[in-house]
Amino acid sequence: MSMPQSISSVFMAILRRDMLLAFRRRQDLANPLVFFVIAVSLFPLGVSPEKSFLAEAGAGIVWVAALLATLLSLDGLFRSDFEDGSLEQLVLSPSPLYAIVLAKILVHWLVTGLPLILLSPILGLMMYLSSDQIVLLGLTLLLGTPVLSLVGAIGAALTVGLRVGGVLISLLVLPLYIPVLIFGAGTVNAAASGLSVAGYLALLGAFFMLALVLAPLAAAAALRISMTNS
Amino acid sequence: MALLRVERLTCERDDRILFQDLSFEVGSGEVIQIEGPNGAGKTTLLKILGGLLQNWEGELYWKGQPMSEVRSEFLASLLYIGHKPGVKAVLSPLENLRAWSALHEPATDDKLMAALARVRLAGYEYVPCGSLSAGQQRRVALARLYLSQAPLWVLDEAFTAIDRSGVEQLEALLANKAQRGGAVIMTTHHALNLPGALRKIRLGKAQEAPEVLEEEDLL
Repeated sequence: MSMPQSISSVFMAILRRDMLLAFRRRQDLANPLVFFVIAVSLFPLGVSPEKSFLAEAGAGIVWVAALLATLLSLDGLFRSDFEDGSLEQLVLSPSPLYAIVLAKILVHWLVTGLPLILLSPILGLMMYLSSDQIVLLGLTLLLGTPVLSLVGAIGAALTVGLRVGGVLISLLVLPLYIPVLIFGAGTVNAAASGLSVAGYLALLGAFFMLALVLAPLAAAAALRISMTNS
Repeated sequence: MALLRVERLTCERDDRILFQDLSFEVGSGEVIQIEGPNGAGKTTLLKILGGLLQNWEGELYWKGQPMSEVRSEFLASLLYIGHKPGVKAVLSPLENLRAWSALHEPATDDKLMAALARVRLAGYEYVPCGSLSAGQQRRVALARLYLSQAPLWVLDEAFTAIDRSGVEQLEALLANKAQRGGAVIMTTHHALNLPGALRKIRLGKAQEAPEVLEEEDLL
């Protein structure tokens, strides 16, 4: 019988493997980022380049684009592992699936959520946001994008066995994204009107903690269901 | 005591009964070949044994205890190589094996390299698997057999795309596994040359020869 592996070593192994996979397919990584930048840049052109409009709507626009960019990237989270049989090996590992799924979600966030956050100051400048607002926007994205990855993983796991997964993920996950969007963009707008943002940030933090604990459980259960029906 | 006991296993898929009241035992030192025509449910049976499917009826026992109670112990004792072998095309054979071993069977890089050499992939350790042939990709998955200490191996079509000398080598490996007290459940369309240890379980109805048409029917 093989020795049961420690959870942290399994977590690190999956992390290393998925980071390696991500960097071997760099062009896939660029997709959501390019979408993010283009979607935000089109607003000044398509709606209005007025400073008054952009400064007011900017945070919301960046948040909506970040949400949609994350949504775009979700389908690939488990699909390639499902198609080449790696997912069977993961599910049949004696280690808890929770740790494996959490590692995969972390990699997803590192290669989509984190670059979005790093890009957001440039887009914030373009939207005439003040430096305080840009910092706050980065902070809300830092709390919010992990929630998007965590919750999105549930949708990705449920639809991994289906051919039309992409569309279904959006429908399943979008309602759960709405609160994050409202409080994420709302924080920056509240700060602009001189209100206290502590409550907003606390709520975003609560979303994050809740998703961190529950979403991998749900995603792991959803993966087992998807495997069963394939 | 039998390692794995299957009792009155019944599986229905798409309104078709694949097998009904199937009972058998797998003891240590046995190699069991699941036989049957295409679509008879061989892969389904192996997936049920591995716990990958849930829509079936019957009982599974691992070392005499109900499977649901000893699931994690069973998983630590199982090596499953499915129809799709779980080899990443963009990773090299060594990286693939390393990722698998971290989850299932901790091993040093030296041991991984040795296992790859055993399946005649020496010199290909750092080449992306996507540029290897189908047989070589299958060998990357089969290298796990040289690392695994798990008492039960479940192999689905393990010999697909493997050349003749590779098959002979695997037969020797399976015979050795059986001698050391391990158990193997497998499907293959190859005629296995394993004197003594091999037992066959046949699924589905025996394929009937197509009726010969009378000459007047053809006219």
